[in-house]
Amino acid sequence: LSFQQCHAYTTHPSTTNPNPFRAAIIGSGPAGFYTAYRLLSKLLTAHVDMYEQLPVPYGLARFGVAPDHPEVKNCENKFEEVAEDSRFTYIGNVAVGRDVELKEMKAHYDSIIFAYGASQDRKLGIPGEDLGGVYSAREFVGWYNGLPQLASLAPALDAGEDAIVIGQGNVALDVARILLTPVDALRKTDITEAALETLAKSRVKRVKVVGRRGPLQAAFTVKEVRELMHIPGVSFTPISSSFYPENPKSLPRIQRRIGEVLLKGTPDAPPDTSPKNWSLSFLLSPKSFNPSPDNDKHISSITFAPQRFADDADRYSNAARVVPNTEEQDMTLPASVAFRSIGYKSAALLGLSDIGVLFDSKLGVIPNDAYGRVMSPSLGPGNLSAGHVPGLYCAGWVKRGPTGVIASTMKDAFTTADVVVQDWAEEVPFLGHEEGAKGERRGWDALREKVESRGVRPVGWKEWHVIDKVEKERGAAKGKPREKFGTVEEMLEVLDR
Amino acid sequence: HGHLEPPKPGEELTVTFIDKEGEKHEFKVKEGDNLLDIAQANDLEMEGACGGSCSCSTCHVIVVSDHYDQMEPADEEENDMLDLAFGLTETSRLGCQVKMSKDLDGLVVQLPAMTRNLSPNDFK
Ligand SMILES: Cc1cc2nc3c(=O)[nH]c(=O)nc-3n(C[C@H](O)[C@H](O)[C@H](O)COP(=O)(O)OP(=O)(O)OC[C@H]3O[C@@H](n4cnc5c(N)ncnc54)[C@H](O)[C@@H]3O)c2cc1C
Ligand code: FES
Repeated sequence: LSFQQCHAYTTHPSTTNPNPFRAAIIGSGPAGFYTAYRLLSKLLTAHVDMYEQLPVPYGLARFGVAPDHPEVKNCENKFEEVAEDSRFTYIGNVAVGRDVELKEMKAHYDSIIFAYGASQDRKLGIPGEDLGGVYSAREFVGWYNGLPQLASLAPALDAGEDAIVIGQGNVALDVARILLTPVDALRKTDITEAALETLAKSRVKRVKVVGRRGPLQAAFTVKEVRELMHIPGVSFTPISSSFYPENPKSLPRIQRRIGEVLLKGTPDAPPDTSPKNWSLSFLLSPKSFNPSPDNDKHISSITFAPQRFADDADRYSNAARVVPNTEEQDMTLPASVAFRSIGYKSAALLGLSDIGVLFDSKLGVIPNDAYGRVMSPSLGPGNLSAGHVPGLYCAGWVKRGPTGVIASTMKDAFTTADVVVQDWAEEVPFLGHEEGAKGERRGWDALREKVESRGVRPVGWKEWHVIDKVEKERGAAKGKPREKFGTVEEMLEVLDR
Repeated sequence: HGHLEPPKPGEELTVTFIDKEGEKHEFKVKEGDNLLDIAQANDLEMEGACGGSCSCSTCHVIVVSDHYDQMEPADEEENDMLDLAFGLTETSRLGCQVKMSKDLDGLVVQLPAMTRNLSPNDFK
């Protein structure tokens, strides 16, 4: 069975527009692949060219999801099926904006769909943020997952025993778990060999995960909290029950279940006798990273300003606001290494404004109508101000902002694909068509030669398979599912040897 | 994926899926088949992103027949993932964790919407 016969959600043929449809999807993470999947199943005349800046696909499924969560990466099996479709072309190692310009792409596609995720991080903007030993969670995660740009991070895990993670989402808990998991348990995962070596020498014994608000306002989910409670030899410092109502059963399901896990803690691992410990600290807002007295280039502590719930806030609501607590003194906690985990951030793609898109740097998203149509403030009809930029769509973290699991990214990508299909069926303007230009677009076939003449070396899907195979062989030799290549050069070297 | 062994004659169990358009799809299946496999074998809109390993919540179903109380209750892992499901209800389950049994003969489940309702494009 071909891909579309087996997986078509095509019980409701959605389009009568007979013209071939050529789309460029920028980014090969879950958003890019789920958009491609849905488009190819719903629109039989569609052809998708997927551009990826790295030779290897899958975005944060490969470079974000923790190595000890291999089940989550099973979504790659579906992506593999999508890529096998004859109407799909993978163009790895080509960064849009750098290797190929958006404005030159525009002439060769009916539609461009932005799914390039969030590759930067939010900063706190407080003193000492650039000290040695202070990292963003994104850097640390990218490093242990083998993201080429971060291969040389070498986090200072041997500088001391106290780590602080600022922020209380699941990424923060991933960082804490990797720091506290016995290194031998990680050897069976696809974490990089370099990370294993550094983690084996880690002196970190205590990990504090610090948030501005309380446990009922934290963004982490129960599964990740529970995992931390089950690491052998790691105790949890009990939290104050004062954050919870007298009868925690009265809370909504999600907060109640997290509360049960937090209030139970680790009865089998008492804090005073366990070799390692983790804790959650609440109502603390970071004020400064402080250098060590012995080495003014390296962090030794973090100062926090205490917070309290605002007078009008319902402290049991997950939206409760906090304000500085001026009655309490600042608190300084020891930290030989620190991770800021306050969110990823998307950035404008180079050349975005050339094709009529104004990136929203404040929200870190491409402005869109929440379905995925890219909006511009000046294109609206009548007295509406904003309007759709014809042919341009977005999906995933660059559309919604950098939150949400793969399930939410999938839902979001399906919505984007559905509006593309609907708009195509309704024959609204797409790229180029506003000038009345008709005819089949040739996409990558028309661009390839020009891009290669710039010294760019595109990587196709079959070539990714070669890299994939060698990575798996390297892994098998060490009892791991995969040993990733640490640099783009190494990946290409396998292909060109 | 996509192909289940048919049940032996006389041992068929019936399960009905209601899709997001409200259409009913009835299948004869055998004991032990799980709802994710059944849905996928029949091209219903159920993703199963983690391949049935209870790690993604994309196989969320809502039990609408009165079988909910007869089911083996969801374990901790399933409940942890259900916390992340969209539009969670009192009778939500993960399709990959529900196996058909004689007690569940006649089960009816609803598939929650996988996308937002579409909006018209005003720029025709
Ligand atoms: C640390 C971490 C752990 C996570 N763990 C889980 C988990 O356990 N379970 C779960 O369900 N979800 C998890 N998630 C969430 C999940 O990873 C996201 O929902 C999902 O990856 C977002 O998909 P995306 O396609 O929008 O972005 P991404 O996955 O970031 O994909 C974007 C892609 O675009 C490429 N790109 C960027 N710029 C360009 C360019 N100029 N040209 C070409 N290509 C470009 C990037 O290289 C990348 O491959 C985790 C996220 C993080 C950060
Ligand atoms: S398929 Fe992922 S939880 Fe059921």
